[in-house]
Amino acid sequence: MADGKISLELVTPERRVLTQAVDEVRAPGWEGSFGVRPGHMAFLARMKPGELVTVAGGAPSRFAVGEGFVQVSNDRVLVLAESAERAEDIDLTAAKGEVEEETKKLKTMKEGDGAYEMQRAKVERAAAKVMVASRKA
Amino acid sequence: MASLRAIRTRIKSVKGTQKITAAMKMVAAAKLRRAQDAALRARPYAEAMDALLSRLSVAGEDQDAHPLLQRRPVKKVELVVLTSDRGLCGGFNSNIVRRLQRFFVDHGSEYERIQISTVGRRGRDYAKKRGFTIRKDWPAKVHYGTARGIADDVSQEFVRGDIDAVFLLYNRFQSALVQRVTLTQILPAAPGAGGGSGSGKYAADFLYEPTADQVLEALLPQHLAVQIWQAMLESEAGFLGAQMTAMDSATKNAKEMVARLTLQYNRARQAAITKELMEIVSGAEALKS
Repeated sequence: MADGKISLELVTPERRVLTQAVDEVRAPGWEGSFGVRPGHMAFLARMKPGELVTVAGGAPSRFAVGEGFVQVSNDRVLVLAESAERAEDIDLTAAKGEVEEETKKLKTMKEGDGAYEMQRAKVERAAAKVMVASRKA
Repeated sequence: MASLRAIRTRIKSVKGTQKITAAMKMVAAAKLRRAQDAALRARPYAEAMDALLSRLSVAGEDQDAHPLLQRRPVKKVELVVLTSDRGLCGGFNSNIVRRLQRFFVDHGSEYERIQISTVGRRGRDYAKKRGFTIRKDWPAKVHYGTARGIADDVSQEFVRGDIDAVFLLYNRFQSALVQRVTLTQILPAAPGAGGGSGSGKYAADFLYEPTADQVLEALLPQHLAVQIWQAMLESEAGFLGAQMTAMDSATKNAKEMVARLTLQYNRARQAAITKELMEIVSGAEALKS
């Protein structure tokens, strides 16, 4: 089992972003980033906004993902993300503007409210985009 | 008989209408294809979500603890009603409205309060006219953020105990010709209701991070959002299908009308010519004698 590849599927509510055989997947887990290689045990994790890296043939591709879930079973990795964007496709200045704007909105809200949590998720998602986009440069 | 000029003007105006409806039909057809694609593309996510949820629902120890799963005696209900912003789509919106009305008739005495959230202008305008309680109105723009917003909003109300059950009322897309009005309950959530492949022995093999219950807790609101999202996509595709069909029959009607008017026009023209000829002939006869 340890040889071979893992088949990765990355889906968002809007579309299936990626289906690919890869060597390794690194995902931002709720309790810290983790990696998956062939032979990984069955695993289901909550994912937070951040950077998802897939390595196929030594070449990594990076994605900014929103909150979601990662399911690993029998060398199949299924990533459910609220949003996913390839690092190359992110407009850094736009993403930075987004962070600022959403943060400003967040500050007008009061903590502990459901809407506050939602807004914070928005900020985190935008921040993840900035993080991923700026790393490539 | 109407004057020649009057008929000519009618023909011209009907032809103009026909052109417009034909164009709208084409536009709707093109958009429909895109909407169908979007609905299709969203399916893998929804399916994966269902599978996860049914797997988790057997893994969770004390799942009734989750606030979104709580069943209470139902006193206050909310309906999320999906309609379109625009009309010219046959019975698309009126079917929804009729179903809504029936719900009020059927359950009006059963529940203490029935309130609605509307998506789309048509439903909102109708509900306002009828004096129903509209708690919230959402734009009908198809965007996942809206679905998420609705999900979070009704969840909050539900958790707070302001509502005891939430229904979703929308047009399910069956084909370009057929949309089926659908009413489903989305809260309290019923994980595993869709069956799925989840079974007990499966769940035990999994390692969860942070814990199965916490994953479930995070999953439920998202699952709710996806259900609403799917309904929005279906409704949009249904709207375009209905519009396409409506515009098609409007175009046909216009064509028929033009044919009828043209016949009438020609008859009137012929009658005028005959009359004129008769006048000339009788005038000549009168001079002769």
